[in-house]
Amino acid sequence: MASEKRLRVKTLIMVLAMVVCAVVGDLLLKRGMSKAGAVQFTVTGLEHALMTMMTSVTIWLGICFLLGFMATQMTVMSWADYSYVMPAGAFGYALQTFLAVVVLHEAVSIRRWIGVALICVGVVLVGQTKPRTTEAAARVAEKAALSC
Amino acid sequence: MLTVLLLIVLICGSTGGEIAITRGSKKTGEPARLRPKAVLRFLGQAICNGWFWLGIPLMAASFFALLILFSWHPLSFVIPISALSYVVGALGAKYILKEEVNTARWAGVVLVCAGVALVAFG
Repeated sequence: MASEKRLRVKTLIMVLAMVVCAVVGDLLLKRGMSKAGAVQFTVTGLEHALMTMMTSVTIWLGICFLLGFMATQMTVMSWADYSYVMPAGAFGYALQTFLAVVVLHEAVSIRRWIGVALICVGVVLVGQTKPRTTEAAARVAEKAALSC
Repeated sequence: MLTVLLLIVLICGSTGGEIAITRGSKKTGEPARLRPKAVLRFLGQAICNGWFWLGIPLMAASFFALLILFSWHPLSFVIPISALSYVVGALGAKYILKEEVNTARWAGVVLVCAGVALVAFG
């Protein structure tokens, strides 16, 4: 019972870290690509886009956050189910909306609030299920705990 | 036509890549403790796994498709369609990773998918 609770707590911490990295990374990428303008699907256009991406500090910062997202995602998925972590990570969309209202004082439409509510209910529903359902992962975890 | 192709690359690339990396992470085994040293050791072992190197090109293709789509279309078009990856991912988890996706989890996935689409349209 205690190990089940510990599993839930550490999964929650890692999912939160994952969500923060993904939200900040996506925002920086969107800002960087908007500055670069529309990518033309020609050899010159792609070359130009690649050069813009390589020299943009905003895009590199975004990539750093996305690397952080990947590291936390790989770590949490070493013990938790993919079908548990993936929808729980969608909490980032709700977080973005709350930040838009609280920090940026943006007006948010009813439709968007309904979307946030659906995501929250969905995440709660997924959160009620066991974070780990595959036996193989549980066996590797037990082995790791025994070898400590 | 190119937009549809890029959306397919975006959804299948990200889902396929994440499934491959999940398999690699599970094969490596979780870090004994959530301390920086143990996590870094785990990450070092995980990137030596073949599954990781199958996942990376898939995710890279998905990443470039996302960048191009962001430059062509507004966020409110790209994100709702990419939300389909939650459903594709749950199918992959059930049939490829053999996870137990019960009714509650399916309901959660569908609600999240609809919610993400609404947030982006809003």
